[in-house]
Amino acid sequence: MNAHDTFLARHSFIELTARERIRALLDKGTFRELLGPFDRIESPWLAMQNIVCQADDGAVIARGTLGGEPALIAAIEPAFQGGSIGEVSGAKIAAALELALGEFEAGRTIRPVVLFETGGVRLQEANLGLAAIAEIQAAIVALRAHVPVVGVIGGMVGCFGGMSLAAALCTELVMTRQARLGMNGPEVIEQEAGIEELDSGDRRLIWSMIGGEERVAVGLADTLVEDDTDQVRDAVLAAFERGVPKQHRTENIDGFIARLAQVNPDAIDPDTLRTLWGTS
Amino acid sequence: MENMRYEYPAKRPVTRRAHVGVVGSGDLEVLLSPSQNANAEVVIRTSVDGYGHVWKSVLDRFFQRYDGAAKIELNDFGATPGVVMLRLNEAVEASEGDTP
Repeated sequence: MNAHDTFLARHSFIELTARERIRALLDKGTFRELLGPFDRIESPWLAMQNIVCQADDGAVIARGTLGGEPALIAAIEPAFQGGSIGEVSGAKIAAALELALGEFEAGRTIRPVVLFETGGVRLQEANLGLAAIAEIQAAIVALRAHVPVVGVIGGMVGCFGGMSLAAALCTELVMTRQARLGMNGPEVIEQEAGIEELDSGDRRLIWSMIGGEERVAVGLADTLVEDDTDQVRDAVLAAFERGVPKQHRTENIDGFIARLAQVNPDAIDPDTLRTLWGTS
Repeated sequence: MENMRYEYPAKRPVTRRAHVGVVGSGDLEVLLSPSQNANAEVVIRTSVDGYGHVWKSVLDRFFQRYDGAAKIELNDFGATPGVVMLRLNEAVEASEGDTP
């Protein structure tokens, strides 16, 4: 197959909406949405600030099966308010994860997946969004004792702010080459510290620092996939097959302290970081 | 943000609801559901103010062909009239098509 045919045979994950992404991952015909758009649980805060709401507040929750096993997927819609986490969208994701936890407490199993695509907290909802993100993080930590919690960062928004910490708490992270993962987004860093610190328009630099390839190379994410729904699905299934690890990434505190001690902040670049932290 | 409401005559009931689109830049979300009364009702929330006459023109044209007694809610984030028409037709197709 030449490059042209390979490209045509690929089904883009990035181009899909949150709802379509879940459908693409779940076994065919098993998608069942919880709190869908017709339940109209939308943000009570946006309209007060003259911003049009979305009927699902940008978070899609669905049950179904994944590789024949019961699954629950929470997906963030990248096109609505930059995937930002508001009171409602955040509560939906947290409640979904708590629902999954309830399955284990009742003696059943379920495979939880979070499709991240978010700039972090929704500034218009401030502390309420932050509180919801804390609940999401707590739910991931509680749930991952029972089952791998698998996160996917598809792109092109990426995953930033408090939700980058939620992503880091996941048992395994799947990223595309186009996806980015970081605490502060490059535009925010440029705005706050100046263009001398970071030129957010320099795409090559940005992706070399926080893109999927680099994040997987230094062990902050686990599987790098092409922008292809089959590859994303295979990577998610493989993560569940590996099961719950003895130690989660965020429990390796001494390891990360030792890693940080290796870094000279005055002379660090993506290549050096790969040499210092590289896993392969 | 501007809110608008329009009513159009309908001839037949609508049986299945449909949801298409997202409230993203240049796009809109359409929620089409069976209406309780005999008319079609359109409720619009748009981020762009002052285009009521354009909305009216688009809806007039849409309802020349569509006669379902539906409640249609539009959450708009700056979609052009062409995109609005496409989304409306997509919602009708999703509501009346064979595949659920």
